[in-house]
Amino acid sequence: MPTENEGFSATSGIASEVVGEAETKAAPLLDMRGIRVIFGSFVANDAVDLTVRAGDIHALLGENGAGKSTLMKVLAGLLVPSKGEVRIGGKRETIAGAAEAMRLGIGMVHQHFMLVPPLTVAENVCLGLSSAGRLIPNLKQCANNIRTLAKAYDLDVDPNARIANLSIASQQRVEILKVLYRGARILILDEPTAVLAPQEASGLFRILRLLAAEGVAIIFISHKLDEVMALTSHVTVLRHGRVVASAATADTDARSLARMMVGADIALPKLEDAVPLGAVAEDGKGPVLSVESLVCRDTSGVRCVSGASLNVRSGEIVGIAGVDGNGQQELAEAIVGLRKVEGGSISINGYAVTHGSVAERINLGLAHIPEDRHRTALVESMTISENAVLERVGDAPFSRGGWIDKAAIASLADTIIKDFDVRTTGREQKIGTLSGGNQQKVVLGRALSRDPSLIVAVQPVRGLDIGATAFVHRELLARRAAGAGVLLISTELDEILALSDRIVVMFKGKAIGELKREEVTVERLGLMMAGQVA
Amino acid sequence: MNMLSALNDPVFAGFLTASVRLAIPIMLAALGGLFAERSGVLNIGLEGMMLIGAFVGFVVTFATGQLAIGIVAAVLSGITAGLLLGLYTITLSANQVVVGIALNLLSVGVTSFFYRLFFGAATDRPRIEPFAPVDFGGLGDVPLVGPLLFRQDMLAYLGLSLIVLTWFVMKKTRFGLNIRAVGEHPEAAETLGVDVVHTRYIAIALSGGLAALGGAFLSLSATGVFLDNMTAGRGYIALAILILGRRHAIGILFAALLFGSADALQLRAQLLPINVPLQFLLMLPYVLTIVVLAGFAGRQGTPAALGLPFLRSGSQKG
Amino acid sequence: MSGTEDVQLKRRYVSPALVSSTASVLAAFMVGAVLIAAVGVNPLTAYGALFDAALGSRNGLSETLVRTVPLALCGLGIALAFRAGVFNVGAEGQLYLGGTAAAAVGVAGSALPSVLLLPAMMLAAALTGALWSGLAAWLKLRFRADELITTIMLNYVTIDFVSFLLHGPLKDPNSPLAQTARLTTEARLPTLLSGTRLHAGVLIVVVAVILAHLFLWKRVGGFRLRVVGFNPRAALNAGIDVRYTLMLGFLISGALAGLAGFAEVSGVQRRMIENLSPGFGYSAIIVALLGQTNPVGVLASAFLFAALQIGATTMESAAGVPSTLTTVIQGLVVLFLIGRAALPLVWGWLSHRLRPGAVT
Repeated sequence: MPTENEGFSATSGIASEVVGEAETKAAPLLDMRGIRVIFGSFVANDAVDLTVRAGDIHALLGENGAGKSTLMKVLAGLLVPSKGEVRIGGKRETIAGAAEAMRLGIGMVHQHFMLVPPLTVAENVCLGLSSAGRLIPNLKQCANNIRTLAKAYDLDVDPNARIANLSIASQQRVEILKVLYRGARILILDEPTAVLAPQEASGLFRILRLLAAEGVAIIFISHKLDEVMALTSHVTVLRHGRVVASAATADTDARSLARMMVGADIALPKLEDAVPLGAVAEDGKGPVLSVESLVCRDTSGVRCVSGASLNVRSGEIVGIAGVDGNGQQELAEAIVGLRKVEGGSISINGYAVTHGSVAERINLGLAHIPEDRHRTALVESMTISENAVLERVGDAPFSRGGWIDKAAIASLADTIIKDFDVRTTGREQKIGTLSGGNQQKVVLGRALSRDPSLIVAVQPVRGLDIGATAFVHRELLARRAAGAGVLLISTELDEILALSDRIVVMFKGKAIGELKREEVTVERLGLMMAGQVA
Repeated sequence: MNMLSALNDPVFAGFLTASVRLAIPIMLAALGGLFAERSGVLNIGLEGMMLIGAFVGFVVTFATGQLAIGIVAAVLSGITAGLLLGLYTITLSANQVVVGIALNLLSVGVTSFFYRLFFGAATDRPRIEPFAPVDFGGLGDVPLVGPLLFRQDMLAYLGLSLIVLTWFVMKKTRFGLNIRAVGEHPEAAETLGVDVVHTRYIAIALSGGLAALGGAFLSLSATGVFLDNMTAGRGYIALAILILGRRHAIGILFAALLFGSADALQLRAQLLPINVPLQFLLMLPYVLTIVVLAGFAGRQGTPAALGLPFLRSGSQKG
Repeated sequence: MSGTEDVQLKRRYVSPALVSSTASVLAAFMVGAVLIAAVGVNPLTAYGALFDAALGSRNGLSETLVRTVPLALCGLGIALAFRAGVFNVGAEGQLYLGGTAAAAVGVAGSALPSVLLLPAMMLAAALTGALWSGLAAWLKLRFRADELITTIMLNYVTIDFVSFLLHGPLKDPNSPLAQTARLTTEARLPTLLSGTRLHAGVLIVVVAVILAHLFLWKRVGGFRLRVVGFNPRAALNAGIDVRYTLMLGFLISGALAGLAGFAEVSGVQRRMIENLSPGFGYSAIIVALLGQTNPVGVLASAFLFAALQIGATTMESAAGVPSTLTTVIQGLVVLFLIGRAALPLVWGWLSHRLRPGAVT
């Protein structure tokens, strides 16, 4: 366990005593062989091999659910595999917990930062380090060490700043510092650019290259092919828990990797121009959704939406692109009625609903497919039937004079189950026991069975497999063809690019730019997402 | 009465002394609540823990004739009760509010049952000799400061020093840092090697011990007897003090003094210019609690993980 | 642990909830038996005396039923509030205030016939209880004041306030004691069984249980109440007016507690007195939990606890075991009940209360 002074030479910054004896040139820093992880009957990892040498930046590529996170949890000591072995520096190790992993020099930089917001950088970095003072932590010394370390790797951070006051990119740097401070020689980064703008991502890459040059082994989990091609030296592709390919990045290309990730050339849904936008405008009907200069504040009084304006017309899909955390989520909540509006206006089908209730908006034709179905859309302890009728229980035919009509509800539930191909034992099954994909189908079915005129869909395919994803996209396109307006909010640029007629980019709470489908290029989008209007 | 004569008025002086004395039990209970809540565990069972402390302290002092042993026993019983609450809330992830209420109801029953068992239903209540005020000589007669600080008993001074100790522990020590981390972001703390469960158990054990000490004050310092349900809601008032004092040791001190003075006021009605029926004075501390909750129940300063069970994700067999 | 267990039990048509409640009661009685043995008494003798007194005679059974009334009414109210995700522990105070209002109306309207006076008293009691509970609700919705602490504080305030009223404005001019005048026959709930204290309040309980069941499972309002209790955010997203539903939960439970006060004043004491309730409102919390917040379950639990409380004094005089043992048993029941960490029903609503993102 490195003390506060030991191992912090400005040149190497790496603890020298983790694995002592002769590390032969032949033995790689990390060697995972035959890893098998099972959850009940589900095989998350099956005979997975991963070899990483010092100085490598090794990408772990795969779709959602391919087994990348599971494998890394094994390495980080959070899971024990049922089969297989892990060798660090040639020596076989059993990693029995996060503390043990740290001791072996394995440092995980999580996607959701493991930082305590009200505490300072120094307090966070030195938390749990008894070497920095058993009874009374020596924060001054800790801060000095942090400064030294930060300078070596271009990790610009003030040790006395509170985490809550730091930007996301800065917080990520603190996460990296945290593991480096403890002498990490194997760094695991889990989707690190998910929360960064393109420009901030290049800053991260610079840091990673510096670390690799010093001999740190880096494992880079991602599903973004361009990043993998640009940054990494090696890549291993996982699909359905198995390794399908492992190669030097120089020996492969993006197309091959994509094919290996997915298993086939997937055909993304094509937009049909069933309702030309021109025709709708002439109708004089006006937009289905109109948002003007919307202002919202979050619980600490900070403006999360600061003057956003956009509209959605009948028969079009408007996609909102933007790095997570720029106000899209809050904007969606305000439109749906789950968030208070401080300024500006919202109208649905011409009716002002800025301060109206959710029920009013539903009556005007709004349907909401929320990001977090467990918290916001579904009541897990209730049955499929009850969830299906959640929004409409007060309307005929589901109730008369306040008395519930069970037969009508059963009929609705059966219709949804049939039309949306929900795999279930029956409408009385508790919805909490359905798989994520099937739950989302019920949410979708419930929303769409009302024939809504405005659909607000936030991350509608998060956590779903390929089949369910394609299903949801097809449904949204079908609704578009039928004349509904869709507001699609997603962090997956490919989803936005595939489905949207128009793309609006949100940055720091404003809609700073809009691109029609024909005008879109990734560079223009990337620039906008980083705040630079073309 | 004018300002100068007020300072020297014996009734006013008595009021000041009483304010501090009445503040001590709720202050101690609130300190207990501080440790628990800052670590992320709601301790609604403060009322029950106070009552247990009052009972055990009384019984042991009665049996041994030694106040000091009674105090120690009271604190130990509070720690035990705290650990029981911890078992339910930390290990079993039970709803923290329900467990607290259950503990309070159980405490009333258990203390009454065993009191009847030991002492019967005699109308002549068994008494013990309570702590006497410490004699500081002339210091006790200094206007304002004297009655406030220099006419209290040992237990009260112990309580006041615990305020300072709590401040120090929370702000400066590793243990305090761990508690704060665990209460705000237990997952983060866990990944850094802080044992969340261990830390919370210690915090809640401390919580029980402090609350029991506060309860012991009631039977061993204030009255010298034990009465059924003698805490009369003080454990719940302590929760309000926690909120008013923003879960900081110094804030708790002042909030407790505020409530103590409200309590003291009702016993010295002649200090008030108007004639208020007794019952309204009796209500005062409880009404004040409601007012405090209405005025100060913001989200500011509430530990982010308060009330949420911590589910350890690590080391599942794959 | 509970997965396969639940499936097997379902096949036998016995609900897991019933099993866990019964098991908790049995466990509590066993621990109680240990305590009784510690006193040097044979537990079977003690329990025998207890249940014989409570259930073994015409008079005993009547007394038990009489005691069931306030426990069941308060318990029902608390259970309904729980279902909405709300903690109404102010039943004690609401009971007192409701009883006081009923007594005031009863005394003032003594010239009226029963058929008008009794409903008027019931209405006064229910409205007062609802108002008092509504105060706590308002404090929660408007100021985010925690309803747990405010309702408990209001309990203490109420007791002092009622004491003030009984010593002053509402005091019986013909008596030195702090109480209202005696209620005339018109203002009393009719006795159902001559020679006993069994009064028509029992019928009110039965009606209340039926109405509660219908409300929860057959009415739109009850459905929405349950949704709010399970997941307030999802309720909001579905267009349910969560604040209204929460307020409704508070008001209904307050009204029921107020009615309990009416029943005690009009059916048992025949006037309002200072110590109307020996803690019914607090025991009712356990009754609600033990009954798994199910109306019929609450009724059964109330009956059980009533038997415990009625039999306790006999147990003391006949077997020498302090009557406070029953309070211990009640507390133990809860601890065993919630110790069964695999309780899906109770956890479902109660744990949601403390989740961030709960709407306030």
